[in-house]
Amino acid sequence: MNRVALTSKKFLLPGLMIIALILLVTSPSYISAYKVMLLTSILMYIVVSVSWAIFSGPTGYISLASAAFFGVGIYTAAILGRILPLTYVIIIGGLVSVVLALIVGVITLRLKGMYFAIFTFGLVELLKHFLLWWEINITGTRGRFVISVHSETVFYVMIIIFVAVLLTAYLIKHSKYGLALQSIGEYEEAAEHIGINVTMVKIATFAISSFFIGSAGAIIATRWTYVDPYIAFNPIFSFMPVLMSIFGGLGQLFGPVLGAAFFAYLEESLITKFPYHYMLIFGIILVVAILYLPDGLIGLAKKWKKGSLSSGLVELLQKRQKGRKEV
Amino acid sequence: MVLEILDILISGLLNGGIFALIAVGLSMQYGVARVLNVAHGEFIMLGAFFTWTLYTMLKVNPLVSLVICGPIVFVIGYFLHKTLYRRIRLSSESQGAFEGNSMLASFGLLFIIQNLAILRWGSGIKGYSYLNFPVNLGGAMFAANRLVTLLFAVAICIIFYLFLTRTRLGKAIRAAAQDPDAAGLMGVNINQVLALCFGLGALMAGLAGSLLSMSFRVQPTMGLEYTVIAIIVIVLGGLGSIPGSFIGGFILGLVGSIVSHFEPGLSLVAYYVLFMILLLVKPTGILGR
Repeated sequence: MNRVALTSKKFLLPGLMIIALILLVTSPSYISAYKVMLLTSILMYIVVSVSWAIFSGPTGYISLASAAFFGVGIYTAAILGRILPLTYVIIIGGLVSVVLALIVGVITLRLKGMYFAIFTFGLVELLKHFLLWWEINITGTRGRFVISVHSETVFYVMIIIFVAVLLTAYLIKHSKYGLALQSIGEYEEAAEHIGINVTMVKIATFAISSFFIGSAGAIIATRWTYVDPYIAFNPIFSFMPVLMSIFGGLGQLFGPVLGAAFFAYLEESLITKFPYHYMLIFGIILVVAILYLPDGLIGLAKKWKKGSLSSGLVELLQKRQKGRKEV
Repeated sequence: MVLEILDILISGLLNGGIFALIAVGLSMQYGVARVLNVAHGEFIMLGAFFTWTLYTMLKVNPLVSLVICGPIVFVIGYFLHKTLYRRIRLSSESQGAFEGNSMLASFGLLFIIQNLAILRWGSGIKGYSYLNFPVNLGGAMFAANRLVTLLFAVAICIIFYLFLTRTRLGKAIRAAAQDPDAAGLMGVNINQVLALCFGLGALMAGLAGSLLSMSFRVQPTMGLEYTVIAIIVIVLGGLGSIPGSFIGGFILGLVGSIVSHFEPGLSLVAYYVLFMILLLVKPTGILGR
């Protein structure tokens, strides 16, 4: 690779991302098995958060259904893991989530604002309690064992889902659908009037975003080896993506990534020793983020950058804007 | 057969009383202050734990601790609105944004209160015995403490309803419920009224918790289930309608006791199914505007 291409701004970011990806893919050969597990968790939270942000970020509809899609993926792995090869299990886990998302999408068409959030949260609890009842009374068990897979396989599958979700999020954001979603979030009626098929766009995006959560659930279940409805449909998986995305910053693709990485690391380092302190900190950060970080960490970084520039360095700012226009 | 029906009916009413009380509380918070307080159940839990502590440590009669716990949770709720929700209200650009942000903030609050309670009292199940003798109601047997709970719940709801309809402050609250901006223009101190509503909602939750602790076991994670029930009831009764929440509480109590009579594991599932059907068919509820 020549130097000009690397130093030019256009190639810098993709280049860095490819290097990061290569480092990530080769990491099992030089970091400990524990670190690989930690990276897998971080990737899982990133997948769930970015998927959540694909739909809820631009539209402003707060979906609390993530735990439902995640749980559906987990149970797909628990039921089909013994009969089908891993690849099929993961794809089916995603597809079952898509079907669930489509059903939810169709029946919640008329619900706006808070009702959508409450409905999707109710869905998680409904599935959990129904499944619990079903398992105890019909199948006669409480939990299920999931066939386990080598932790490096889990890691590589998670990387594939991670890359897929980032690419999807990027493509949606930079397509006309991204604009349509944005306009739905800003003024739904107006979006409808300028000819956007609001219903279609909403349902399709919701379904696409659910695919990745379902498949992430299907692969992570192989690491947990034992699941029951309370583990699989833990409502924390509905709140985590919301908090991680808000904390990181919703406007940018990297906001949810940053937030997810932060919390996944925090969880890993605190939850075994101080589980209740972790949840307490989780709650405090959620409140503080809503109060003081409306645009998340990314927004904070931008504000800070802007603030230091405007304090007397107007010239530099103008120069930069000029430069940006020329690029 | 007759006895069975009587049994279902009475246990439905007994559950319904407490459902009505917590739903009226949440109705104040969501119907007037527009905060969908998902931490509502945590105030119930706090009320229950305060009562349990007072009873086991100082032998305070649970009915006496109503007048101690109620004001404590009221003050907590009042200052929460004064500090947290008021700030969110001022910084949110629209009503929709405020509702979303305040709901997320109350999720944060849920985790904070719940885990503080676990750190303070431990995650185990607590309980005590008070008025725990059976009462015969036409052949169906019920514990006396549950009847007392029903009586107090209904009495508190009625007193509260009279406060809303007969006093000047109640009038201000009703005005704020209809249109906060217009009420503000008419000279209602809107921040004060909204904080008061939030505090009153917490008060109801705290009283409900005190009453619940007499007949049910107490643990730090008990809250969310009651929150969900309260949300279902206020949607069932119609958002912002106090009589609606009251009636809705009893309806849900009856539905719960009918379902759990046939299939005990499915009563929560039945609540959710009812709730989802309701959201789809009549989101305004039975007495909604």
